[in-house]
Amino acid sequence: MAECHPVGFQWVMEARERGATIIHVDPRFTRTSAVSDEHVPIRVGTDIAFLGGLINHVLQGDHWFREYVEAFTNASTIIDDGYLDSEDLDGVFVGWNEKSKMYDPSHWGYEGMEPQAAAGEREQASEAQGGERSHGAHGAGLTGGEPPETDPTLQHPRCVFQILKRHFARYTPEYVEAECGIPQDQFARVADAVVRNSGRERTTAWVYSVGWTHHTTGTQYIRAASILQLLLGNIGRPGGGILALRGHASIQGSTDIPTLYNILPGYLPMPHAEADVDLDDYLDNNTPPGGYWGHTREYMVSLLKAWWGDAATAENEFGFHLLPRISGDHSIYPMVMGMRDGEVEGFFVMGENPAVGSANAKLHRLGMANLKWLVVRDLQMIESATFWKDGPEIATGEMRTEDIGTEVFFLPGAAHTEKEGSFTNTQRLLQWRHKAVEPPEDCRSELHFMFHLVRRIREKLAGSTDPRDRPILDLTWDYSTEGPHEEPNAHEVLREISGYTVSDDTAVSGYTDLKGDGSTACGCWIYSGVYADEVNQAARRRPGREQTWVAPDWGWAWPMNRRILYNRAAADREGNPWSERKRYIWWDADAGKWTGDDVPDFKEDKAPDYVPGEGAEAEMALRGDEPFVLQADGKGWLYVPSGLLDGPLPVHYEPHESPVRNLLHPGVQANPTRQQFPRPDNPYNPTAGDPGADVFPFAFMTYRIAEHHTAGGMSRFLPYLSELAPSVFVEVSPELAQLRGLEHGGWSTVVTTRTAVEARVLVTDRMRPHRVQGRDVHTIGMPFHWGANGLVTGDAANDLLPLVLDRNVHISEFKAATCDIQPGRRPEGTALLELVDAYRRRAGIGGDPPT
Amino acid sequence: MSEYQLPTTAWPSSYGDEAQPRVGFFTDTSLCIGCKACEVACKEWNEVPEDGLDFLGLSMDNTGGLGADTWRHVAFVEQQVQVQDAAEGLRWLMSSDVCKHCTHAACLEVCPTGSLFRTEFGTVVVQEDICNGCGYCVPACPFGVLDKREEDGRVWKCTLCYDRLGDGLEPACAKACPTNSIQFGPLDELRAHAERRVDALRDRGEDQARLYLEGPDDGIGGAGAFFLLLDEPEVYGLPPDPVDTTRDLGETWRATAGAAVALAAGIAGALLWGAR
Amino acid sequence: MSDRQAAVSPRPGRDGRPMVPAAEPRSYYGRPVLARPVWTWEIPAYFFVGGLAGACGPVAAGARMLGNDVLARRAAAVGVAGVAISPVLLISDLGRPERFVNMLRVFKPTSPMSVGTWILSTFGPAAGIAAGWQLLGLPGRRAGVPAQALAAITGPMLSTYTAALIANTAVPVWHDARRELPFLFASSSAAAAGGALTALTPRGSAGAARALGVVGAAAELAITEVMERRLDQRVRSSYRTGAAHRPHQAARIATAAGAAVVAALGRRSRMAAVAGGVALCAGSALTRWSIFQAGRASADDPEQTVGPQRDRIDGREPVKPAPGERLDVPADAPPAPSPADGPPAPSASGPGMPDAQDHPVAPRRGGYRSPPGS
Repeated sequence: MAECHPVGFQWVMEARERGATIIHVDPRFTRTSAVSDEHVPIRVGTDIAFLGGLINHVLQGDHWFREYVEAFTNASTIIDDGYLDSEDLDGVFVGWNEKSKMYDPSHWGYEGMEPQAAAGEREQASEAQGGERSHGAHGAGLTGGEPPETDPTLQHPRCVFQILKRHFARYTPEYVEAECGIPQDQFARVADAVVRNSGRERTTAWVYSVGWTHHTTGTQYIRAASILQLLLGNIGRPGGGILALRGHASIQGSTDIPTLYNILPGYLPMPHAEADVDLDDYLDNNTPPGGYWGHTREYMVSLLKAWWGDAATAENEFGFHLLPRISGDHSIYPMVMGMRDGEVEGFFVMGENPAVGSANAKLHRLGMANLKWLVVRDLQMIESATFWKDGPEIATGEMRTEDIGTEVFFLPGAAHTEKEGSFTNTQRLLQWRHKAVEPPEDCRSELHFMFHLVRRIREKLAGSTDPRDRPILDLTWDYSTEGPHEEPNAHEVLREISGYTVSDDTAVSGYTDLKGDGSTACGCWIYSGVYADEVNQAARRRPGREQTWVAPDWGWAWPMNRRILYNRAAADREGNPWSERKRYIWWDADAGKWTGDDVPDFKEDKAPDYVPGEGAEAEMALRGDEPFVLQADGKGWLYVPSGLLDGPLPVHYEPHESPVRNLLHPGVQANPTRQQFPRPDNPYNPTAGDPGADVFPFAFMTYRIAEHHTAGGMSRFLPYLSELAPSVFVEVSPELAQLRGLEHGGWSTVVTTRTAVEARVLVTDRMRPHRVQGRDVHTIGMPFHWGANGLVTGDAANDLLPLVLDRNVHISEFKAATCDIQPGRRPEGTALLELVDAYRRRAGIGGDPPT
Repeated sequence: MSEYQLPTTAWPSSYGDEAQPRVGFFTDTSLCIGCKACEVACKEWNEVPEDGLDFLGLSMDNTGGLGADTWRHVAFVEQQVQVQDAAEGLRWLMSSDVCKHCTHAACLEVCPTGSLFRTEFGTVVVQEDICNGCGYCVPACPFGVLDKREEDGRVWKCTLCYDRLGDGLEPACAKACPTNSIQFGPLDELRAHAERRVDALRDRGEDQARLYLEGPDDGIGGAGAFFLLLDEPEVYGLPPDPVDTTRDLGETWRATAGAAVALAAGIAGALLWGAR
Repeated sequence: MSDRQAAVSPRPGRDGRPMVPAAEPRSYYGRPVLARPVWTWEIPAYFFVGGLAGACGPVAAGARMLGNDVLARRAAAVGVAGVAISPVLLISDLGRPERFVNMLRVFKPTSPMSVGTWILSTFGPAAGIAAGWQLLGLPGRRAGVPAQALAAITGPMLSTYTAALIANTAVPVWHDARRELPFLFASSSAAAAGGALTALTPRGSAGAARALGVVGAAAELAITEVMERRLDQRVRSSYRTGAAHRPHQAARIATAAGAAVVAALGRRSRMAAVAGGVALCAGSALTRWSIFQAGRASADDPEQTVGPQRDRIDGREPVKPAPGERLDVPADAPPAPSPADGPPAPSASGPGMPDAQDHPVAPRRGGYRSPPGS
């Protein structure tokens, strides 16, 4: 975190100075480790084993927060009698279909209930593309009717609690040491620290970033942390929780108001071409019976009204037919392969540099070379705009500029000081950014570009009778513009996102004001309220020293300016804080409402002893002691009955490419559901145990360093940042350096079946081999910031990686692969291709990819 | 005046009513996360040129050291240390170095043009419209801070953002530092805080924690930019016992006078001998 | 132990000391602590030329007063020539030569360069006027005599203030020799003046010049020896290793040889007088050059700064050579850093890379973990 979020890290330092214990779990000793109390050197790709070890420790030692778990989680829920765990079936759950490489989750659900999978059974069974709708916080629904069977004593052999215990029973400290390379005494210290710092009086927080999510089991990493935190009673409480450190450039905002293909603003699912023929279908498929997602209709209709205004009426389903549909997996990597295969014609690249930043970046460049047109908007001439003339494939001769027919448009972007708008931080905080100067020359903001692009398209389409053009022509697109460049008014856009009543154009105060009858418009229900009272709440800047410690008057957090989600869980069943020290939200019986330091994440006047009556809907279908208001049953899910495609519980699987066999499940090496793309342009290294695995004997990981920014577009072109880290480098242990004859400060070549890249060598004690299953496993780390352009140039680390995705969220495994390393610079031109080819032949690549 | 006030020869006396409280830096390296925001902020504000795109590989340090084109430099030191009984531990020291704005500033004292002067804030600044690049300050500084800018010909160094102080702003590096490792303010307040801080760290078991150049009894009379270090100064590239060369100048001048007289006497003697 | 300390292992450094042995001076990757002087060859050249010229001031005045006009005229000419070259050398070394006049903005006793600027600005015109009178008769006695007197007084100052200048820095090999360097510069100036005048003056009138040259040379050699012996052994290595080594040797050889030739044959042989005189000048010039090179090496070597300072703090006495011990083969003085030593042991936890930089890299210091087997 100190490397990638140094400004945010000041709060960790502050906590440390106030007595907090900081534990850093990472394969490398980084600048975060330097200021932490303990560094836990974990082998790449084994965090589920580690977290599972902690879960097991908590369960076996009875360290779980009993009252919290009993009250707020689904620990007591009894699971379908056909359920079989991965422990029962040597590494897979019941329902595994070897042919389709997918699960049938029918026996995963609660006993007596039909789980309503967010994904929809139809996708899973038929196309095996899966997961399109399981994104984000939507979670999965449970059909209405009888509540699930439970055993409050937590003894029933098929209750979640007992299943959990059996599932993690083998994650012992000995196992953790053998799998992760973490010494048992260190593991004991960490487990002890976590346990002693959780409970009524104390809470423990977990903070993670892409070191967890960039894996083929990434979703389950997060799940494992959630299980641990729920068992310890750390969710929804001050100083607890799990904080995802999302990447920069408002990426939180870019999933909230999404640039992802499968969700609409506020994590509403995108309609599916087959399953959601009309609005009623869509709502039937996607509205769970309980929790705030029970108001999906209100959110969806308000969104449609915001987009299509008067053209969205009760008669025409509010323009539902105008929305695009998805028919499968259109995520970025399949899209890139679609480019390669000639199925995708055009591509907008804005604020990203996929020619350097994508996994198997070479595949991305090859894909872009096959487009008809490409639009790149950026501050600098990034590699994604120039690959056609100076990319690595031009140097090797794999592509020739004259053969690339892509028409490339480069439009200069405005810097953050030259435009106005909101920026959503990783903790859901919207902060307004003001414009300091006009952008120079032709540079323009994204808002300007999108607005005027669509305006011009509408002008060209004016008068068209083709129904295909209606979605564009019927849009509400009447933002006012101002200034010498006719910049659209960003405040108006934010206000539309926040929502207003249609009849009198008054800002709504929040998503509870939204209606499903077309009388309200709202561009993103979770942002509703950011413009309440006609005030740009995101622009508020009351200094922290003038407020309470929660500081609600700085910016605005979604939803409804709640700073901690699920904060009802900060109070016990009766509504009293778990302890005075950790009081946060509590029930004020006299006033008849929830109150406290934050906005309650609960219906304000719902008493703790409220029990829903017959036919109660949405949040009213949840009891007064069920805090997880976005879940259909209001519970924290220790076990996920539906919604995840790779299992209801996390299992340790090795990364797709690993130098080590899976000790826990020797028969199932890697996540069986992972999305693989066995194509000649996406070869895989053989993994441990497969013939040829010894050709790539080292673990490989990528990461960021503080000096540079992601794919380098914002740092490699600036002298002051470039001089801080002028060359791409690898970090290796002295042991590995000696093994391979690497010299500190010299050059090295790192090789996979994809390609070979060169990097300077940093020999450091901060990298250590991991002692795993009786032998040393070496890891090579490489920051991924470099590309061919800029003041400092170098090879792109991501060229070494393959595309292999987590099935749930289509994220590729950037953080774990295998490789070889040799001293010296890499060959150039065709000699480079020959080198890689020689490696492939030695590895026996050309046959089927490993399972 | 508080007990920590460190007057220099030119401040506050020569400023009279215009003298400001003496300000400076307290750099608490126990809070440094090595992010180098200080290096970048300094260069941005002062338009300092880029100082070389060379991979030095000194841990994460590719800057190397202070100079005409580097006024903030973050040092990185990886150390194997003993932890508990037998276990080996790793320690990574990080520290942002800067001009010390000494109480007894050798650079200022040797400057023959009067370019280097003491400001009303007690800081030491080069007047770039006067400096003629004679280079005397360069070897005079016991910390190796100053250097001549190649094509420009003049000597440049940290100004403690003199242009910001005049408007009541803190220096760029202090403002940018996210963990408040670089603290700016009235020097006596910083010193009081630093004493408390080093005591607190020692109570926590950081027995190597120490203040460096807090003064006033060291060879430079204490610095306007002093530090809290977690190991000996030389580990960070700092001299353990720096001395303002002017302290010994009396001795040097006396020897010079003696030598001049001896030369004259020797010449007289030779002439008399030659005349016999 | 607080709860927090008990919770996890104590952070490194809490209970244990670093595994580094404290005796050996530690450094930051062997990088210099000081900044090496930015001056180039013009400055040691000026030390030589100015020193020589300064000594000629009193020679000219004294010789004239004793009736040796032949010698007086030579001395005046050499003096004015030297003092004409001097500003050219100094100004061209400036980073902003056009701003040389800024030197005269202040008079600062704490700055030998400031004081020296005024000395030179006084001696120059004085020597010029005196030479004009001595050689051309212009101006007359009224101006010439006081001018020559002024030159005689400021001349020795010119020859010695430059020692104060370099001694008044942080450079260990200069600063630590601050009591010896002025006398070394004085004697070197005497040897140079004596040598130059021996070579240029008819033998019959050059007796004083020969005496000056020989005595100056003897003093130069003796004071050099004393200076070296008084230096800390690490600091002394700046003269005995690296770039200063050969010039240092050559200076002493030339000085000794020149003095011997002048003493033995200077009266009898014109060739010997010239050869010896030139050798004495060469010796003086090489002395200045070796001192200059030693200063650069001394600034570059962190150990020379850190070692003695650390000893001072820890209450250790500096190690001095035993009386009579030879200095030319130091037993335990570590070699000064030099690029010829090759790259240091490979690690980011050790010294840095020999990369595009001026600074030589010292051998690894401190307790950084060596790669296995190294």
